Amino acid sequence: MSDITITIDGREVQTQEGEFILNAARANDIFIPAICYLTRCSPTLACRICLVEADGKQVYACNAKAKEGMVVSTSTENIEQERRAIMEVYDVNHPLQCGVCDQSGECELQNYTLEMGVDSQSYSVRDVARPSSDWGHIHYDPGLCIVCERCVTVCKDMIGDNALKTVPRGSESISEEQKESMPKDAYAMWNKLNKSVIGLTAGGDMLDCTSCGECASVCPVGALVDTDYMYTSNAWEHKQIPATCGHCSAGCQISYDTKHESIDNPEDKIYRVMNEWNYVSLCGAGRYAYDYENKAVKKDEVAFANAIEAFKKADTIKFTSTITNEEAYILQSLKEKRGYKLINPEAKAFQDFLREYSQISGTALYGADLKKAHASNFIVSVGSALKSDNPNARYAFNNSMTMNKGAGLYFHPLADPVIEQMGKSVMSITHAPLQEEAALYLMLDLFADKEKLPSAIADYLASFHSSKTITVEETIKEKVIEIVKEMKRNEETGVEEEVEVEKSKMVPKQVSKEVEVDENRLLALLNAPGDFEEKMEKFLAKKDAFVLMVGPDLYTHPASANLARLCALIEKYTAFELVMIPTLTNTLGVSQICELDENAGSYSIGYNTEADFVLSALGGGDLDMPAINQQEGTLTSINKRVNPTNAAVGYKGYELNDLANALGLNAELTVDYTKQLPLSKGFKAEEFDSLPNHYENDGTEKRGYLLDTVAVAVSGDESVAAFDETMVITENALYLANPVRQFSDFTAKAHQSKEKAGFYAGKRYLESKGLGEGDRVRVTTHKGSLETEVVHDHFIDAEMGYLTTFDSNLKSEALFDGYRFTTASIERV
Amino acid sequence: MRKLPSLQDFKDRNVAEGSSYYNIDGEAYPETGWAQFKQVVTRTFRLELFVGLWVVLREMFKFNIHTVQYPAEKLPIGPRYRAVHEMQRLWESGTERCIGCGLCEKICISDCIRMDTKIDENSRKAVTEYTINLGRCIFCGYCAEVCPELAIVHGGRYENVSEQRAHYIGFEDMLTPLDMAISGKVAEYPGFGAVTPHEDERVKVTPLAY
Repeated sequence: MSDITITIDGREVQTQEGEFILNAARANDIFIPAICYLTRCSPTLACRICLVEADGKQVYACNAKAKEGMVVSTSTENIEQERRAIMEVYDVNHPLQCGVCDQSGECELQNYTLEMGVDSQSYSVRDVARPSSDWGHIHYDPGLCIVCERCVTVCKDMIGDNALKTVPRGSESISEEQKESMPKDAYAMWNKLNKSVIGLTAGGDMLDCTSCGECASVCPVGALVDTDYMYTSNAWEHKQIPATCGHCSAGCQISYDTKHESIDNPEDKIYRVMNEWNYVSLCGAGRYAYDYENKAVKKDEVAFANAIEAFKKADTIKFTSTITNEEAYILQSLKEKRGYKLINPEAKAFQDFLREYSQISGTALYGADLKKAHASNFIVSVGSALKSDNPNARYAFNNSMTMNKGAGLYFHPLADPVIEQMGKSVMSITHAPLQEEAALYLMLDLFADKEKLPSAIADYLASFHSSKTITVEETIKEKVIEIVKEMKRNEETGVEEEVEVEKSKMVPKQVSKEVEVDENRLLALLNAPGDFEEKMEKFLAKKDAFVLMVGPDLYTHPASANLARLCALIEKYTAFELVMIPTLTNTLGVSQICELDENAGSYSIGYNTEADFVLSALGGGDLDMPAINQQEGTLTSINKRVNPTNAAVGYKGYELNDLANALGLNAELTVDYTKQLPLSKGFKAEEFDSLPNHYENDGTEKRGYLLDTVAVAVSGDESVAAFDETMVITENALYLANPVRQFSDFTAKAHQSKEKAGFYAGKRYLESKGLGEGDRVRVTTHKGSLETEVVHDHFIDAEMGYLTTFDSNLKSEALFDGYRFTTASIERV
Repeated sequence: MRKLPSLQDFKDRNVAEGSSYYNIDGEAYPETGWAQFKQVVTRTFRLELFVGLWVVLREMFKFNIHTVQYPAEKLPIGPRYRAVHEMQRLWESGTERCIGCGLCEKICISDCIRMDTKIDENSRKAVTEYTINLGRCIFCGYCAEVCPELAIVHGGRYENVSEQRAHYIGFEDMLTPLDMAISGKVAEYPGFGAVTPHEDERVKVTPLAY
């Protein structure tokens, strides 16, 4: 990629070699109409409206790459004719129900029809019955569909579910007359459009996917809409509140669309969540679990006084990481002022992991981010149930496979069909729990420069290798000489006679050969597929951008310190760049701002967690607090970005800041603390109100600010301990995770997330145990037992199941030692 | 007597001498103090008041009264008069014409229209509640003009008296009664927001493959 200059409509434009003309134009505010193209996805070429003339040739701007000195003109007479014809075609048989359509004016069909000045129709075709259908959380009306295939494209290239495809429409063909009379591209586009509608890949009549709703989000017309939103509001009535999603560490930019609840109730209510789908893709939790606000709270002075009493009595504050940076800072200030112990086990584990990591790496934080992962072409994921821990990391994984012809390795004890179906270049390595170190050692073994690696580690890695003689059956070609009789004409006599001729011929022959091969015991330990090495050879061809993503399984691992050091070594000695997936929404921010303690004292205050006195944004605590969609503040995302978020709905109760003020701190607003966040950790002294929250036309993320890279003194000790091969959970394993669309009590509270807390397992496991959905089981580990319901999870395929954590009524975490796997017995009750 | 000017003459805005415009007869305003005094004296002693009283008395005994006996009697008003809104039904079926598009709500410049919508059991958009706050309405007619379905129109009910503000105004109050609609007693609405008579000539024909 090198910088080049091209000319679009007489304007000189700087762009990169190989960038699509459309993107170059958009980045420079030059308008080229385009319907089917999605930034970050592959060109679909369905709409053909982005026709431009480049160096005298008509090309499609969405898939023609810019070359140095190229001269592009976005409009010629012929192109104008094509575009007008294309828009006329899109309007053929399109119902005139704009009045009730849920797109309510935010319609690209409407916009482009007006843009191209379509005021009459020249084409027609007999329509076929296209009944609309409810696909679960998405409603599809094929009558409104213009088959631009954006939904199909985003589902395949970005999300990786492949849940949608085009299916035959069964319509009459376009008349020859019209074919002759209309522009060429318009006809080609119509011909394709007229033959297809959108359907479900899996068949049936319900979507079986991870329910992200991105298909409805990208739909340019009102063909795909969220079933829950249907006909409840017009788009123009919404106040759009730019915010940051508060459910996981991805920190996606979202916009809460709010409106008064009804004629009788003027309070604001969130109707839907929208996103800049060209630059950010949401998951089902971000899109649908938006109404988790703490409703109908008033200033309860008695409860407030009790809270102050409790704070005076307490010596410990327990909290979760679903809080803003400012709140974390308030807690830290309270600690400094009044000596509270701050207890947050999950952030503490992450903090310790980072500390251990930085001793070798010399930086406080990991080097890469998800943007790098999107741009990479070889991704490895270790220690994370990717699709539910951080859906955006999964999208990055998939996006790199589809867009960059990438390849990926997915190390996890629970095989994930969603990851596996991303393509042939994804290899899933289903190792046993507690073997994560082997995975990281394997990474070092495969990719590190052994010369540079500390010799102790190189020797240790070598100890896994042995040479083995195996017999290989091989097919070789052998030259055989045969004597063949042929009839030949004697030239002298002119008579045909039999002559013997020698002929040589190549004949395939099976031979067995003894070959000495290198055997890597790490592969066996990790239960890697037999053809691992052959596949890797293919996977690694033409790869130059490597990213390693590590997840929460490692932070609470008994050998987490060792794992952290291995991560640092991989980053240092291989071409891999490292991303860590923070466990919860603001785990990264909390780990940077708060000094966390190991052990709780005698009397504790809990913030969104159980304790002697509970402050709760979920409702039902001793004092109500605002949820993240009710407050201003910043959240630190996996991309090391401090993102601002805003209050979408009102809150009239007390905030943590009020408590802090009563306890001796002094700030009018919580966001007054934004500029005080610790500079030593990379935060910047910026006012909350000066933080931007949007994307530019070229995709530049103008959101908050990036944390500065903070250098940490290295210890010089790069040793890592050998791992214990025997310490492994071989059977009856149980995992601690969440189904897709669920992260915490906040997602569970939303009216559209209907998932039940319980014991989730795949079909294979349930069949082998004779269990079915809805059965009650008793789950027993060495720490205790609980009774819960069995839920069938379509998206795992493993010998084990998992207990959910999103609903705190299910005390699942109490059954574990901290590490996300344990042995458990599961019996039907 | 002057000849009454034609419409064409009124369109001629030339008020110069010799045009069809003329000043009405009238006394010039008194300019001096003396003249003003004279005017007061003549007006006072001419008993002009009794001239008017006589006219009333004369007409009273003629029993030929032109006064409209409001409220017992009401004058018909023009179809394009903009009084209290009405919600129309379809002629044939009696179905409510309103589709819940929300354009009236959007266009209303005094922000007095609100509607709640939902998806009904037939997967159609249904209006669950609709209110117009007549206390705020300025009867500009935008809602009727923007309505794509001729559902909301201005009716002829110009009296806005009620004991309660709550009577201003719910959907049910405005909706044409079903029996009236089905018995065909409602004529196609000719008033404000209705399509103009020559609309057909302006429509461009769309080809149909049927």
